[in-house]
Amino acid sequence: MGLQAYLTLAAVVFCIGLFGTVTRRNTIGILLGIELMLNAVNINLVAFSRFGGDDTGMVFTLFAICITVAEVALGLAIVILLFRTRRSASADHIDWLRG
Amino acid sequence: MTSNAVVFALTALLMPAASFLIIGALPPLRRAGRVAAWFSSGCALVALVAAVLGWRAFAAAGTAEPMRAVWWWLPSVRGPLATVGVLVDAQSTTMLLLVTLVALLVQVYSTCYLSDEPAPSLGRYYALQSLFAFSMMGVVLAPNLLQLFVCWELVGVCSCLLIGYWYRKPEAARAALKAFWITKAGDVGLLIGIVLLHRLTGTFDLVELRHLAETSQIPLAGLSIITFCIYLGAMGKSAQFPLHVWLPDAMEGPTPVSALIHAATMVTAGVYLLTRTEWLFALTPQVLAIVCWNGAFTALLAAVLACVQTDIKRVLAYSTVSQLGYMMAAIGAGFAGAGFLHLLTHGIFKALLFLGAGAVIHAVGSNDVADMGGLARRMPQTAIVFLIGTLSLAGVPLFAGFASKEEVLGSVLHGGFPIPFLMLLAAAFLTAFYMFRVVFLAFFGEGGARREARSASIPDPGSTHLSPPTSHPAAGDSTDTAHHGHGVGSLAHAHDAPFLMTGPLWILAIIAMIIGVSFLVTPPHAEFESPGWLTPAAVVVALSGILLAWLTYQRRTISADALARAFGPIRRAALARFWLDDLYLALYRSVLLVFSRAIGWTDRYLVDGVLNVISAWTLDGGDRLRRMQTGKVQDYVWAVGFGLLVLMAWIGVAW
Repeated sequence: MGLQAYLTLAAVVFCIGLFGTVTRRNTIGILLGIELMLNAVNINLVAFSRFGGDDTGMVFTLFAICITVAEVALGLAIVILLFRTRRSASADHIDWLRG
Repeated sequence: MTSNAVVFALTALLMPAASFLIIGALPPLRRAGRVAAWFSSGCALVALVAAVLGWRAFAAAGTAEPMRAVWWWLPSVRGPLATVGVLVDAQSTTMLLLVTLVALLVQVYSTCYLSDEPAPSLGRYYALQSLFAFSMMGVVLAPNLLQLFVCWELVGVCSCLLIGYWYRKPEAARAALKAFWITKAGDVGLLIGIVLLHRLTGTFDLVELRHLAETSQIPLAGLSIITFCIYLGAMGKSAQFPLHVWLPDAMEGPTPVSALIHAATMVTAGVYLLTRTEWLFALTPQVLAIVCWNGAFTALLAAVLACVQTDIKRVLAYSTVSQLGYMMAAIGAGFAGAGFLHLLTHGIFKALLFLGAGAVIHAVGSNDVADMGGLARRMPQTAIVFLIGTLSLAGVPLFAGFASKEEVLGSVLHGGFPIPFLMLLAAAFLTAFYMFRVVFLAFFGEGGARREARSASIPDPGSTHLSPPTSHPAAGDSTDTAHHGHGVGSLAHAHDAPFLMTGPLWILAIIAMIIGVSFLVTPPHAEFESPGWLTPAAVVVALSGILLAWLTYQRRTISADALARAFGPIRRAALARFWLDDLYLALYRSVLLVFSRAIGWTDRYLVDGVLNVISAWTLDGGDRLRRMQTGKVQDYVWAVGFGLLVLMAWIGVAW
């Protein structure tokens, strides 16, 4: 399998993530979508690293995974706080910035 | 470089300025009242001494050439646009003497006259007196028209503030504003005239201008507009018809203020200005003719008005207007020297009369001559000095006003103005009449009857009054009354004022006598030949005026009521002040108010309307646009994604 297969996979995963992010009403679903997009990026990095013969991409991927964990923890904390204050985790109810 | 005379003049100028700054800048001194009073008077004394020394130094120099000390002001590329400094010549040193003398005497007199005032007000009064003395000397000594104008405005401000000294009293506050605005109307003319003159000649400097005028280097085209504008300024300050209406109202101020500002000095500033620029006016004879005619008319009009007044200060105010008309008439006839001479003698004896009237008001507690009577017995000193002043004003030989008034009459006749001459002669008759009317009513006879009748019955103002309610605000028309504790009913206890008030009176009376006698010994140097019948005619006119007053108000051979009936229409017109105030009021209402309403409407509905519509549109647009902001994160993600796609498509197309 060549590089293209990996890139296609990454693009597909990214699009699924993006689709989830913009369509899910549940905030946890949105967080999952964001996770998918991040992992699509990770696949890209690993694929380029593997086919390009440069290990730097691997290191970046490790960093990205660690940071993603922190980001998910933070995101979940926000979701819990939102649920506590608004009694709902639906993104439709988070519209404080409406004009 | 600078001579002694200049140094002395500068000292005289700067002493009151220093006094004003120190009193103004040190609140403890100002609130101390009497300390400020004596400090200010001390400065005025130094100024007087400096003025005397300066006058003598200039006379000793024996030159007619003016001496100057000027500093740059408003520097521009081609040298200074204007200078400040002093211009010392025969006129300015003489005028300086008058100003400093009267200022000093008035300040000393005021320490007693205003002794019942609260200390902070007294401090304010003396600060303003000092400022006035400084600015008046600034006018007198100004070497150029710009400095003259600045100081001219300053004296106007001081006049306004001092008329409104009792500013809690509505009439005083109104009178102050009236004086300010009416003189301001003339001042605008003066400013326009000065600026136009600068455009024409390129200089403000009096000496340079005089040189240009005398070598006929000033283009004559349009010059008469300039001189007329300058005359407008003089008209406002020197209370010439039709801008004279502020001066009688200015009597709401304290009497010493009236003596200094509205009799001796500030109101003569207009005459002084015309005297200073006579060479300019000489180039425009048609304007001079206006000056002469209007002066004579003012003199006659004010004399008629003075005859029906019962307020002693208003009689004096109208007489001041009348005498200013004399001075203007002489200047208009081309003999500024005669006008200036009358200015000087008038300054002395009118200050004397006002201060004497102040002493009477102080003692009686009323301005109305009907409340006075028989004061000669109770206040002999005041009566004597007041009589000296009256005789001077009436133009009786031996007294100061005689020679100068005759000089004015002669100059007008010689200048080729026979009708103004007759008007002035009639005014002279009326002057003698109305002044002796006051003297007989206030100082001789029984008097006070009207007062007793009034205090016995319920007060009914106006019914027995000679003066109309308009000129005579009902509730105690003089704040002097309110401020001097004697109150009504103290006529029997009236007595001469303390020395601090009689002293200045005597000094002025003696000076008036000295001037009168010295003129008799050495007549003033006349620039023209008067006909021989002029002196007897003037004397006869004055004496017949006195005789009529004596017959009417002393002997009562002629009934005052019959006299009033004989002159019914004129008297009614005079009581209404010839409807001039009403005319101004009507003009104000029908022209100014309508005009400002139109302007106000334009501003409110046209100018503001356009802006309001624009702002409403903006608000509406914003209101519509804000609906785009849903505040939901996912919508923004949609937008970002869409934007990204567009960007990528664009990049793809571009490659």
